[in-house]
Amino acid sequence: MDENIPAQAGNVVAGIDVGGTFTDLLLIDGANGGAVRIAKTPTTVENQAHGVIAALAATGFPIPAIDLIVHGTTTTTNAVLERRLAKTGMITTLGFRDVIELGRRTRPQPYGMTGVFVPVIPRNLRLEVSERVEASGRVREPLDEDGMRSAVAELVAAGCEALVIHFLHSYANPSHEKRAAEIAAEIWPNSHITTGHSLLSEAREFERGVTASVNAAVQPILERYVARLRDELSQRGYRSDFLIMNGNGGMISARFVTREAAKTVMSGPASGVIAAAYTGRRAGFDNLVTYDMGGTSTDVALILNAEPAVSNEIEIEYAMPIHVPMVAVHTVGAGGGSIARVDASGLIQVGPESAGANPGPICYGRGGTEPTITDANLVLGRLDPRKLLAVDNPVTVEAVRKIFADRIGKATGLDGVAAAGAVLRLGNIRMAGAIRMVSVSRGHDPRDFTLFAFGGAGPLHASALARELGLPRVLVPARPGITNALGCVVADLRHDFVNTLNQPVAMLDEKRVHEVLARHRAEGEALIAKEAVRPQSIRVSHSADMQFVGQTHLINVPLPSAHVDRETLQGLFETAYFARFKVELPEIRANLVNLNTSVTGVRPDIDLGSLIDPAGRVATLEGALREVRPVWFDSGWRDTPVYLREKLPLDAAIEGPAILEQMDATTVLEPGDRARSDRDGNIIVEVGAP
Amino acid sequence: MTLDAITLSVIQAALQQTCDEMDLTFSRAAFSPVIAEANDRSDGIYSAVDGALIAQGSQGLPVFVGVMQHSTRTIIEMISDGRVLPPEPGDIYVVNDPYLGGTHLMDVRFAMPLWRAGNIFCWLSNTGHWPDIGGAVPGGFSASATAVEQEGLRLPPVKLFKKGVMDPEIYAIICSNIRVADQRIGDIRAQAAALHVGQDRLFAILDRYGDETVVEAIAELRRRAAEQMRAHIAALPDGTYRSKAFVDSDGVVDAPLTIALSVEKAGSTLTFDFSGSSAPCAGPMNSVLATTLSSVYLAMRHIFPDVPISAGAFEPLMIKRPEGTFLDARYPRPVSGCAAEVSQRIAEAVFAAMVQAAPDKVTASPAGSSGNFALGGNDPARGRDYVMYQISGGGYGGNSGHDGLSNGCSTIGISKSPPVEIMEQAYPVLYRQYALREGSGGAGKQRGGFGLAYEIELLRGEARASFVMDHGRFGPQGALGGRDGAVNTVTVFRDGQPHVPPHLSKEQDIALKAGDRVLVGTPGGGGYGDPLERDPELVLRDVGLGYYTREQAAEMFGVVVGNGSVDAAETERLRRR
Repeated sequence: MDENIPAQAGNVVAGIDVGGTFTDLLLIDGANGGAVRIAKTPTTVENQAHGVIAALAATGFPIPAIDLIVHGTTTTTNAVLERRLAKTGMITTLGFRDVIELGRRTRPQPYGMTGVFVPVIPRNLRLEVSERVEASGRVREPLDEDGMRSAVAELVAAGCEALVIHFLHSYANPSHEKRAAEIAAEIWPNSHITTGHSLLSEAREFERGVTASVNAAVQPILERYVARLRDELSQRGYRSDFLIMNGNGGMISARFVTREAAKTVMSGPASGVIAAAYTGRRAGFDNLVTYDMGGTSTDVALILNAEPAVSNEIEIEYAMPIHVPMVAVHTVGAGGGSIARVDASGLIQVGPESAGANPGPICYGRGGTEPTITDANLVLGRLDPRKLLAVDNPVTVEAVRKIFADRIGKATGLDGVAAAGAVLRLGNIRMAGAIRMVSVSRGHDPRDFTLFAFGGAGPLHASALARELGLPRVLVPARPGITNALGCVVADLRHDFVNTLNQPVAMLDEKRVHEVLARHRAEGEALIAKEAVRPQSIRVSHSADMQFVGQTHLINVPLPSAHVDRETLQGLFETAYFARFKVELPEIRANLVNLNTSVTGVRPDIDLGSLIDPAGRVATLEGALREVRPVWFDSGWRDTPVYLREKLPLDAAIEGPAILEQMDATTVLEPGDRARSDRDGNIIVEVGAP
Repeated sequence: MTLDAITLSVIQAALQQTCDEMDLTFSRAAFSPVIAEANDRSDGIYSAVDGALIAQGSQGLPVFVGVMQHSTRTIIEMISDGRVLPPEPGDIYVVNDPYLGGTHLMDVRFAMPLWRAGNIFCWLSNTGHWPDIGGAVPGGFSASATAVEQEGLRLPPVKLFKKGVMDPEIYAIICSNIRVADQRIGDIRAQAAALHVGQDRLFAILDRYGDETVVEAIAELRRRAAEQMRAHIAALPDGTYRSKAFVDSDGVVDAPLTIALSVEKAGSTLTFDFSGSSAPCAGPMNSVLATTLSSVYLAMRHIFPDVPISAGAFEPLMIKRPEGTFLDARYPRPVSGCAAEVSQRIAEAVFAAMVQAAPDKVTASPAGSSGNFALGGNDPARGRDYVMYQISGGGYGGNSGHDGLSNGCSTIGISKSPPVEIMEQAYPVLYRQYALREGSGGAGKQRGGFGLAYEIELLRGEARASFVMDHGRFGPQGALGGRDGAVNTVTVFRDGQPHVPPHLSKEQDIALKAGDRVLVGTPGGGGYGDPLERDPELVLRDVGLGYYTREQAAEMFGVVVGNGSVDAAETERLRRR
């Protein structure tokens, strides 16, 4: 690794996001006034590295001249969801090998007594060894070292590639796990050994065990991928280290990423949220609800004071918790492919069934026959049928309208267009409800927030959703379709730390609080110093997870500094609690459960002004007008101007209804909306009254 | 109809959303882990006229489906005949009387009218399971109570909040009668806060769509939910479907209690008749009428989860009042077991009858027990008393598409069981194992899921163990030729000597000292379909994973497993026998 190549303003940075369908690349040439190159190539599922190389080639920019590549990957996410995992063995405390299979007595949904669950590690590869540590950390039974050796040998013989060592109470005393790992390392053929306490040093054996299991089972896969990509890049003359986007929204050197591979399962979604925070901050909007609508699902996250909310309790699917700090992205099961139908009671329902990518909406021409939200957008003139991506056998708008009339209209007395309008409106309401549950209903005033809409379909619905949610404003970034790649370009280096104290505030040892927070800071700074990329500055933020004594749920309270005293903690908590629940409980004492710190190596600001080429803009609004076409709104058909977004003058003021088209997204302005552009090419929509 | 389909669907979604937000607020603000973690609570919107259910939160505890419409109706009736003072704006009633449309005493309901232009537009109500309500034992589950007075404080509908202010006198009475009273103020505030969230959201809906439109929509939604349920029912073959389910004992008299059910399907209605069920019992395994009704509702909702929860959905379900049986208990019969266990046996009877009519929609019987194990004692190392609750899951029944899930939640619950590490931090106990209970899944073409085997050792001091579980006598029923899942087992080792409770799944106050152990095996799910039709390769896989022994593979499934493969010829021979 060449230590002499710091990433500074003026250098060339490429962000690459590998999504389910497309690999997106955004390259910003700092040496050349921030000139931008963009590429979109098909994702190569078997080996994502090929798609990455193809995207780099498509820019025409010489790879040796790139100073920094930052990469968001779905390699580990897909591996877990599709259970295409490395063969992994597990050794647990005697009597506890089934913990990761039993879970916490749940079922996938409240109603319906069915469900299927496949553990990450099958039962025949989960062995037990005699050892026991008590909750206090006291050793009750010593580690049976011979038993450990034979268990490891058995798993090696079974062909396991990765190993998990998961003992009870290892968060309180990790000595047995550490010793067991030493023993295993003597005969294990590689370095893929994960101990339970190393990723998550907290009580809860199921969650810690699953987190460790996922980490081990994706480690070899991520390592192979990183090695392939590194080879491909170096063959083409790339000289620097490359970085990978972590689920916490910070990037980390590919040299270090595999040790905590589980942290990359939210890599893609996290980068989108990071881009939103960055873009929003530059535009002057620090409180955002981010909204990334795709074909089958929609990702939603909250950004408060320009900081994405982080959660330690992500569940990536049923009974699959990964408890490491990651950007709190909530997935709502509704997207462009959500299917509309009339139920037995004659009511229109939208979702939760989805046409997915295959067959997909009817208008994709891949054999889909069920009307979807995307199809409704087409019938209503919001999407231009001439510009649909990924169409195999074109289906006419007339044919789609007829299906709406038959499937939805007949039972409800609506014609095809009104039926499509109803589907769109209901889809928006359902989605708004789901978004509200994970965002503004958690004690926030919607009027303080801006909806940040991205992904291919986000800007189509954003204005209508903002109305439903009571959000006054929508921000559509310059390049909604490559937001994740932008997140890679602008991400900082970041490390998160958690320590559990679990003490009433009144009895808190202030000195200990200060020590813990200082240690967090020192560890984070040391980790960042190891990276090849040099940050411009270090930012440290502390928070506390608090509750009233006797509660189980926590409220996260940002701390003004590491030197807080008890009185300040109590006051901050009471204020936060009242804001959330409108409840005051002077009778009850507060409890401090966790201390959190994030240490961020801030990279230099990157100018986004060239995301849309300023030279392509025209002088007047009329100059950007492509056509006027009828578009359906709640009030009926309206002749609606369609503008080419990349031509819009920067000072344009646009009144809704209007449609803004660009290569990778379509933005709809509802009647009454007023939109303007800012210096970064964002569109800011002031939402009209409903 | 004057309402268009769009507005109707929109209002339906908005009402549902309102209830979901109430659920969320209640859980997040609550203190009691039973509410905050186990979500043992529910919120809903009820008719101003008769308390009929308008909408209920989708994340509420299933056992509360429809329950609050009975208590709300009772409050409305008692107001109109003068037994309860009429409400004024800002008033919230509290009630937990089981015989006034409730469950057991621990489930405390709040009910608040929503005022619109000086009139009551509708009621908002919620239920939360308080961790204690007084009575003979901490937590309220006395396995040997013979009258409701032994089970705790019983509140008729009274105004806990008057014009928005909590009545300190009623609060003082409550606090003087329950254990760990100091934190109840937090739960009370959370429960009231949830109602206020619902009120704010409803006001927004009314302001936006207009009161008359919403009234019209509510009536139309009720009609349509009924239609939707009728459409499901009409698709089933006509006929009478009979089933039985058994409660091990009432905890006092050692004899099984029988639930006898016949479901008659005619046209688009189902008629549920429980006649022939056992008489009211001496111990706490009685059910009050409201709980019996809601147990049928929740079972039907498990079968048809797409029908929204509203009074309309229940209209096509005709449930004959089971007078003279333990499913219609009257004062002063003890009832603490009704919500946790009897309700699940009622649901099991419904499943066992309905699987005959709808084999593709209903599973074989699930474990169906909350698995309550309470340990109360004194920890000498910390110098304080404690009460520990261990709840547990069991196997689900096989179904037409899949094997049953292992260690699933109780039929009536959605709560997670506590981590072993958290239990060991909090109480002087050590778990010697927490394991999948091998062999427990009932054999079938699709087998049942597996139960749980756990063993707990008392480390310090003395303690008393109590159990309220079920399925100790008979395992969860197999369906359509499938075999029953394994029975629940409880063994207490005192001085190394095993003790099995005489009632198998229920006993109170077993004295333990340090070193004594409790071993519990929870039920496996019932099998679905003939086990001899199970794919031998799946049996081979199950043996490889250690779910069954080779002997069990031969005995239960007629599959001969050789060294890593199925012996096809021997299997064929065994299966033909």
